[in-house]
Amino acid sequence: MRRILKKLHWMDAVILLVVVALGGYIATRIGAELNYNWRWDKIPNYLYRYKASEDAWVPNLLMQGLFATIRITIYSSILALILGVILGVARVSENLTIRMLARTYLEFLRNVPPVVIIFIFFFFLSEQLISALNMERWARGIARSENNEIWSFLFGDMRRFPALISGVIVLALFESAFVGEIIRAGIQSVPKGQREAARSIGMSRGQELRYIVLPQALKKVIPPLANQFITLVKDSSLVSLISVPDLTFKTIELVASTRMIFEGWFTAAAFYFVICFGLSMLFRRLER
Amino acid sequence: MEAQEAMISVNNVDKFYGTFQALTDVSLTVQQGERVVICGPSGSGKSTLIRCFNGLEFHSSGSIRIDGIEVEEDSKDLRRLRQEVGMVFQQFNLFPHLTILENLTIGPMKVQKIGKSEAEARARKYLERVHIPEQADKYPGQLSGGQQQRVAIARSLCMETRIMLFDEPTSALDPEMINEVLDVMVELADTGITMVCVTHEMGFARKVADTMVFMESGKIVEVSPPEKFFTNPESERCRMFLNQILEH
Ligand SMILES: Nc1ncnc2c1ncn2[C@@H]1O[C@H](COP(=O)(O)OP(=O)(O)O)[C@@H](O)[C@H]1O
Ligand SMILES: [Mg+2]
Repeated sequence: MRRILKKLHWMDAVILLVVVALGGYIATRIGAELNYNWRWDKIPNYLYRYKASEDAWVPNLLMQGLFATIRITIYSSILALILGVILGVARVSENLTIRMLARTYLEFLRNVPPVVIIFIFFFFLSEQLISALNMERWARGIARSENNEIWSFLFGDMRRFPALISGVIVLALFESAFVGEIIRAGIQSVPKGQREAARSIGMSRGQELRYIVLPQALKKVIPPLANQFITLVKDSSLVSLISVPDLTFKTIELVASTRMIFEGWFTAAAFYFVICFGLSMLFRRLER
Repeated sequence: MEAQEAMISVNNVDKFYGTFQALTDVSLTVQQGERVVICGPSGSGKSTLIRCFNGLEFHSSGSIRIDGIEVEEDSKDLRRLRQEVGMVFQQFNLFPHLTILENLTIGPMKVQKIGKSEAEARARKYLERVHIPEQADKYPGQLSGGQQQRVAIARSLCMETRIMLFDEPTSALDPEMINEVLDVMVELADTGITMVCVTHEMGFARKVADTMVFMESGKIVEVSPPEKFFTNPESERCRMFLNQILEH
């Protein structure tokens, strides 16, 4: 801290002052011109509220949303990793058809806006899958049953399970292409001589991939994968478009019913920021 | 199988990379236990030829038979073929994420499906053979170039193949390490294994070769026993090449 302060020039102080003044000006304008009534004191109540019937504090909208976002992020990153490895391997396959299919999928994702992709995946894939598996009824059954603590720890409110799962599927499909590209780059970073050595001791293509290429590729892809994970946290807000009750969706709900536009969105932004910035600090430390 | 059949028989082989012809009408026969040294200027097709022996490349026409197995792309025999033929590369190509011992045992364990303890015993035996038994638990990156190349030789030996191919095994080494690798190769030559060796180490060639092969521009220009090859080669090109490399 000392060192940072010492480096500060008087010019820097001026710049900082201007920025702070500008922020204050905007805030007072919002108060005066828009007649906006700041109600920060109400926000804690939307994190946790006291439920008299249970005599306990329970998560309210914002925390419910935050937990859903965390769950969706974790599950979809696991699924995206699995799909991404398959896709990355397919991208360097010797079979032309497989290679072309993987390439087409990637180009589709690269050249169509995320929002459009989310809707397409939702209506054409996850909706179909969920109704085909009769997931709706199954989840409702669990929600009604007695011992559902584990289920609700893992997936939150089981009545919203189908929405959560479609959020996970859609997000994982969306991210898988980018994970796939990272894996492909990792595979291709392994020198050709490694594959030749593996082949010349009689390994099959599968063995060559499993014992020689992937272990070396995985070491190289961990840093870019960590970055992609942070991107996934941010991209997860896209699933609010398909009514998945994540942090963004819950914030929309909160703002719509209370008109606390600025407080609601600032709180949501703070949550996302803390998660993403925290993760990036953590990864940077782990890398060393 | 007929007892008389050659270990390696190459008949009228052409090899194209796209439109570029890397091998032109190459024929060569190597008997069991024979030690062949191939030399020739850079780009003459030496690597291409021996890489066609274990299916790292595939010839475009003609035929190659290794120990009775026809070399063909997409052949079911390809893995069986590779288990008959070991290869040592110029760049060693050890697996950097595995220890020396694991480098040596992974082939026998995964490809030949032998047990771990047997594979390790075999690995230690061949590490002994290349004079570095004490390095078993290190990683390739911790070894000198000469040691790495000896490990690579041991890795091939662990597969107990009948044929060993060497592609300029000493070219990437610092001069002071060349001899430790060549010594191992000379000892190996005495075991009776069939060897095809691309190298410009003429001292080594004189010592071990039964047959010298000279290649230029994708063709085999001369095949002769070393006595003749070094004193009185038939082709002018070969004589010039030898003068060039023996000068220094
Ligand atoms: N994968 C490849 N694609 C295209 N050309 C190649 C390839 N490998 C080798 N060549 C060409 O074939 C010729 C012979 O190469 P190579 O067999 O490596 O020669 P040498 O080992 O005798 O130096 C060279 O002209 C080289 O450029
Ligand atoms: Mg070469």
